[in-house]
Amino acid sequence: MKISEMEREEYVLPGNTSCHGCPSTVALRTVLKALEGNAVLVIPACCTSVYMGPFPNSAINVPVFNTAFASAAATASGIKASLEWQGKDTEVVVWAGDGGTYDIGLQALSGAAERGDDILFICYNNEMYSNTGIQRSGATPYGAWTTTTWKGKREHKKDVSELMLAHGIPYVATASVGYLRDLYEKVKRARKIRGFRYLEILAPCPPGWRFPMDKTIQMGKLAVESGMWILFESIEGKLRFTGVSKSIAEGRRKMKDLEEYLLSQGRFSHLTEEEIGEIRRYVIKKWEKLARLVEGEIDAAVAKFYV
Amino acid sequence: MYEVKILTGNETAAYAAMNSKARVVAAYPITPVTPVVETISKLVEEGRMHAKFIRVESEHSAMAACIGASAAGSRAFTATSSHGLAYMHEMLHWATNARTPIVMAVANRAIGPGWNIWADLGDALSQRDTGWIQFYCSNNQEIYDTIAMAYKLAEDRKVLLPAMVCYDGFVLSHTSMPVELTEFDDFLSEYEPVWKLDAENPFTHGNILPPEDFAELRHNIQKSHDRALKLMKKIEEEFFELYGRRTPLILEEYKMEDAEKVIVTMGAIGSEAKVAVDSLREKKVKAGLVRLKSFRPFPEKELRNLLEDKKVYVFDRAISPGSGGPLYNELKSALAFSPVKRIIPKIVGIGGIDVTKRTFERAIFERKVWIKEVVS
Repeated sequence: MKISEMEREEYVLPGNTSCHGCPSTVALRTVLKALEGNAVLVIPACCTSVYMGPFPNSAINVPVFNTAFASAAATASGIKASLEWQGKDTEVVVWAGDGGTYDIGLQALSGAAERGDDILFICYNNEMYSNTGIQRSGATPYGAWTTTTWKGKREHKKDVSELMLAHGIPYVATASVGYLRDLYEKVKRARKIRGFRYLEILAPCPPGWRFPMDKTIQMGKLAVESGMWILFESIEGKLRFTGVSKSIAEGRRKMKDLEEYLLSQGRFSHLTEEEIGEIRRYVIKKWEKLARLVEGEIDAAVAKFYV
Repeated sequence: MYEVKILTGNETAAYAAMNSKARVVAAYPITPVTPVVETISKLVEEGRMHAKFIRVESEHSAMAACIGASAAGSRAFTATSSHGLAYMHEMLHWATNARTPIVMAVANRAIGPGWNIWADLGDALSQRDTGWIQFYCSNNQEIYDTIAMAYKLAEDRKVLLPAMVCYDGFVLSHTSMPVELTEFDDFLSEYEPVWKLDAENPFTHGNILPPEDFAELRHNIQKSHDRALKLMKKIEEEFFELYGRRTPLILEEYKMEDAEKVIVTMGAIGSEAKVAVDSLREKKVKAGLVRLKSFRPFPEKELRNLLEDKKVYVFDRAISPGSGGPLYNELKSALAFSPVKRIIPKIVGIGGIDVTKRTFERAIFERKVWIKEVVS
């Protein structure tokens, strides 16, 4: 679809208190446009709790219910149950960071997913706890500097989108702030599906990742072009790569070198050759794993794209 | 119209939620409250209770879902005990500040380790600062009535606070008694929220609250508790006129006219205390009882008026380690400037120890504070 066909109405208002170059505002703006404002947002502790602005003002022009860190999905379940009782078809959307999704919010997320509650859970993943000032999270990649991993994180991230696939829910997808039309279309498709839906958006954070604030969109693209972030969509269990990731998987596009992505960020600037190698191995494994899930759609081992 | 059924305290709570027209229930099982969850599940599945039942994965989520449901405009109900209540703690605060008038049944039980599933009011009393209204019941009919009355009170515009209706684990939760299952149609209509989440009318709830506004919110919550106390008397009267039952919300007096020695306590042992008062009177002791029903708000003035010039024995089925019995401490401060003869602390029934009429008698005749055995 063309950008000109996107919803004109603005639901994330200018003058909010986000950092310059914030990926979350860009993503939320796109998501709410796709939902045409017919949504209730449930927001656990995260950057959005701050940038929506202090009472009595708000930068978000749909109903917002702020909830405690661990309980976003459960709060959404309660809201949905009430709206269903009232016969209202408003989309209940959880808008959570990776802390409220991967870590402290995981139990409630898994519970709501297993129950199949009719919720759209969106994780804007900036791969760290940014609201508290850049600490490692379960989504922080191996090697990344944070204020709780000064020499670089020693563990790889866990992958909650894969975990959601394992829950057997009707919709799981990844997106990136680098490709907003792709995000918009995914939200549109998710909206048409009933049940628990999970969407994870890579949100490159300039102050957290240590890159210039005018490079957010570019970083969102580079993450995908280098294979570090993989775009896919699973509808009713049928998984496919999308966008640039699809072109890469089908051999129509060569991956950019991972080093280009890593070394353009201050958080990775200290990495050694061995550490970059370790990340490379992780990324290859990830592609292979997902390629196996995309049964029959590609026939080559994805690893070969990594020469 | 009503029917009388022989019900346990837990079944009673479930029927009360049904007849109070709770429309969203989110709950997680824990001994001894589990049968509430099971009964509601059955009532909903059989189509007798018209509600959405969310089978959450934890108590933290149970309270979160109730808060969400209430915020979206539905009457919400849950039930828990002990560790479950402790696990909810964060969300209990949330429910209060969010002004969501949820009602919750709490079957009081000790908190481990070691694992102890028996009656102890320490679970609920340790939540006393969360801003919830707290009622402690002494029989099953009271559980039934109080749940409906709690909704009436909690949802009042002058109050808008969540309320917990507590009853001793096993002693009440698993004991069957005849309960008049009154229908509450005249007393309680469908929930009419003052505000609700609505896509047609967007607003942001719970964003950053600057210090002055936060202080205003907290002050309003305190004022709501004060107003709740006044409303309780009105609700007691209205309930009595409709159904002919004197179900106290604030407190219950027993043989207080000429009493010199007064037992003050809460919960199921309040029933046993009546037997103790009768027995003491046979022994020529001018005994009386004040059974406190509302611990939050704490009816300071009412207690002061009743207990002036008396010798007061406070029986706590809970302990705040490093301080003493929670009820004793509250009462002591409430009576600080009253001409009370003496106020004496007693700790009984901890971890489910049976409290008999002889427990009360021994506690009154002996000096020791703790009774750690069944006095038969």
